[in-house]
Amino acid sequence: MSVKLKALTKSIWVFHLAASPCNNCDIEILDLLTPRFDIERFGMQLVGSVRHADAILVTGSMNRKARIRLKRVIEQAPKPCFVIALGNCACTGEMFAPSYNQMKPLDEVVPVDAYIAGCPPKPEAMIMGVVALIEATLAAAKK
Amino acid sequence: MIAAVVGMFAHWFDRKITARVQWRVGPPFFQPWYDFLKLLIKEVIVPEGAQKFTFLAAPLVSVASVSVVAALLIRTIVFPAETFIGDLIVVIYLLTIPSQALILGAFASGNPLASLGGSREMKLILSYELPFLLAILVPVVKAGETIRLGAILQYQGTEGAVIASVSGVISFVVVLLCMQAKLAKVPFDAPEAETEIMAGAYIEYSGAALGLFKLSQWMMMFVVPLFIMMLWIGAVNWRQTPLNIFFAALIYIGIILFMTLVRNTNVRLRIDQIMKFFWARVTPVAVIALILAFLGL
Repeated sequence: MSVKLKALTKSIWVFHLAASPCNNCDIEILDLLTPRFDIERFGMQLVGSVRHADAILVTGSMNRKARIRLKRVIEQAPKPCFVIALGNCACTGEMFAPSYNQMKPLDEVVPVDAYIAGCPPKPEAMIMGVVALIEATLAAAKK
Repeated sequence: MIAAVVGMFAHWFDRKITARVQWRVGPPFFQPWYDFLKLLIKEVIVPEGAQKFTFLAAPLVSVASVSVVAALLIRTIVFPAETFIGDLIVVIYLLTIPSQALILGAFASGNPLASLGGSREMKLILSYELPFLLAILVPVVKAGETIRLGAILQYQGTEGAVIASVSGVISFVVVLLCMQAKLAKVPFDAPEAETEIMAGAYIEYSGAALGLFKLSQWMMMFVVPLFIMMLWIGAVNWRQTPLNIFFAALIYIGIILFMTLVRNTNVRLRIDQIMKFFWARVTPVAVIALILAFLGL
């Protein structure tokens, strides 16, 4: 395994992007920082600026107005950067899918690297999702 | 190099202790290395409307000045007799350059939150620099009004540490507070307040530029405590035995531990509260310490 890849997977700084969520997923994200889950063990940190991000957690149901801004924020992130769709809303649109303000799941707006389902997903599920993403990245690099 | 390695250790120690205080496990030992390496391989984005040269030069200047300070200090420790007159002043000036580089970089990035962070950093410098200088004058006066670092070290080697006197203790407390502000740790971290202005001055920095800023911050965590130890506790004769180096390391860890605990048990002050605190409370105390030092206490 190359040093670069190791450094990248060992220190994932997460930017949390709320695209009109109901705040349930967001509360669960903050649970990851609590003593019970403590993702700092894996070198993950929540950062305040998208310029520092290695992974962007997108929560919420992208409506027409949020979509444009979401795209712009994701474009501002330095590459390589992962995009993770968190929660059923971001993955599929959930029950808001047929709504009048043109709901779209996240992967129709920007390319998505990982999906974490749940409403809201459990912190365990989020950790599992990120671990799966790391493993997939490592496997892809080996080929 | 030494500064970078020890600084990274200090950063890890800081985060680990923070985690333990919050009943968490905390990051692994090599975390700062991973962070730094990762930042090096990331893309560097220069935002539209930024002053490109200043924006990219600021982190370089920052790291360069801290490295020079580290080299000067370590050289002084190894050869205390061979330093030049006035190196104390050089060190004091060079220690402010990282903050100034941060201000320049923040203003050059053209982000309103960054310039807010920059202006707060400027006010922070204005607040702590005066008591910092006054406190540093105490060892200077004690060592027979010399501004040569080596002479201060040698004085303490023969006459005992500066901290073993009334004025020494008072000024040491003052300088610890100033160190907390110099390293921009809570309660004096208004310039990079993460929850209100999103990492403030660093907001537009990404990739290697951010990495260099972080590196200079970590190096400062080595350089500033070392500087303080040299001026106040210099009696630990650095060259004599391995045991003394061990003691010095213990004192260093103690200072870092103190800093971390202060940072974890306090809340962030507003910038006007910081200024009031330093000018109305800390500066008079520093002046008293200086007067006591002149009286020979």
